[in-house]
Amino acid sequence: MNVNYLSSLLAVVVLGLVAYVGAGIAGLQGVFGIFIPYLAVVIFIAGFVNRVMGWAKSPVPFRIPTTCGQQQSLDWIKQNKIENPSNLFGVIARMFLEIVLFRSLFKNTRTEIVGDRLSYKWVVWLWLFAIMFHYSFLAVVVRHLRFFLDPVPFLVKFLEQIDGILQVGLPGVYISGITLLVGAILLLLRRILIPKVNYISRAADYFPLLLIIGIALTGLTMRYFTKVDVVKIKELTMGLATFHSGVPEGGLGGLFFVHLFLVCILVVYIPFSKLMHMGGVFLSPTRNLANNSRMKRHINPWNPKVKFHTYDEYEDDFREKMIEAGLPVEKE
Amino acid sequence: MNDKPKIIIGLIIFFAVFTFPFWYNHGAVSSAPEPKLSDKAEKAKHCVRDTDYMRKEHMHLLDGWRDRTVRDAERVYEIDGKEYMASLSNTCMECHSNKAEFCDKCHEYASVDPYCWDCHKYPKEKK
Repeated sequence: MNVNYLSSLLAVVVLGLVAYVGAGIAGLQGVFGIFIPYLAVVIFIAGFVNRVMGWAKSPVPFRIPTTCGQQQSLDWIKQNKIENPSNLFGVIARMFLEIVLFRSLFKNTRTEIVGDRLSYKWVVWLWLFAIMFHYSFLAVVVRHLRFFLDPVPFLVKFLEQIDGILQVGLPGVYISGITLLVGAILLLLRRILIPKVNYISRAADYFPLLLIIGIALTGLTMRYFTKVDVVKIKELTMGLATFHSGVPEGGLGGLFFVHLFLVCILVVYIPFSKLMHMGGVFLSPTRNLANNSRMKRHINPWNPKVKFHTYDEYEDDFREKMIEAGLPVEKE
Repeated sequence: MNDKPKIIIGLIIFFAVFTFPFWYNHGAVSSAPEPKLSDKAEKAKHCVRDTDYMRKEHMHLLDGWRDRTVRDAERVYEIDGKEYMASLSNTCMECHSNKAEFCDKCHEYASVDPYCWDCHKYPKEKK
């Protein structure tokens, strides 16, 4: 038992109850169905811009890439062009592999003492859970576009076909929904069960995972178990997307509002938390800079203008006196 | 180094993608479809279950019908003391005879593509 994840769990449960009671029982469906989603989008955009522009303002005067390969050197020494890029092309390749395939997670190692020796072992699990979780999440988000677009474009339908390829049950099981939940739970268990990871995990690490698990659970419950009137939900969401919002006649179930409210909380939470890595991954100077310090002089842009008096100028000023005194000069 | 212009371009691209639903629909009013009941369905007044149940769970009901019929040869669905023949083509579509007006309208709106008609026949629509 740990206060960090218990408090996060409590927060998610309370937030869910707020929506359930507020929209489902007290009938504040306009607030939870229209006002809060719009507010969440506005806060998200403002917070996101603010955070990214804050990073844009941060000085990065020098090249600080973290490298783990041979840097560009003499012709007969083979450079590792991706681990130690020296030009834009290498940086793009490196960033692409990082963003799309999570390459640095793939190099995850476990440090252990085996017998009387320190050993480092390659461990694939973090990468596996992470890639499963992130791509499932992407698929789920893209699939949800069916609620916000009319007519639904081909790409979304195509993804639904692929995702529902198992044709199990009705409504058909989507693979991504299940892998999303499983991935999030595995990432959570990793934090709870591995003592070293547990030691460095705080409430801010547990909260987003539990929040996403809450969202996935309510979503899956609505789709496969308690069922909702999808046409009515699309009426509400299309209202949001076209700025003609209204709560559909007869209202919607409490569970739907729990789902929607938790999504709003997640959207609002992103710019103020570690979830900002969705923007930050593009902007990490240890990844997106070429290691070309030995080829190109990088001058700190906010260095004050210093008036230099070079040796050449010094010699020009004093040449005759130097010759007189018998000091060596560069130019006669 | 000053990468502000590049970062701002990145932000603009991100928000263009993020707000995709807003400009894709460009503010057009979209109204939810009303499935059109045939005269026969209007007269019958009620379906095998109540409207709310049918709206939410018809797919589940049909899935159960299919499994029981195909696997256990149980062709009768009994509810509230009434017996129905568990058949999409014969029972459902006897009243809801117009697939385009009754089934497809909502399915298209919600982007649902059921594979019922891979096997089942539906009555020809009058144009």
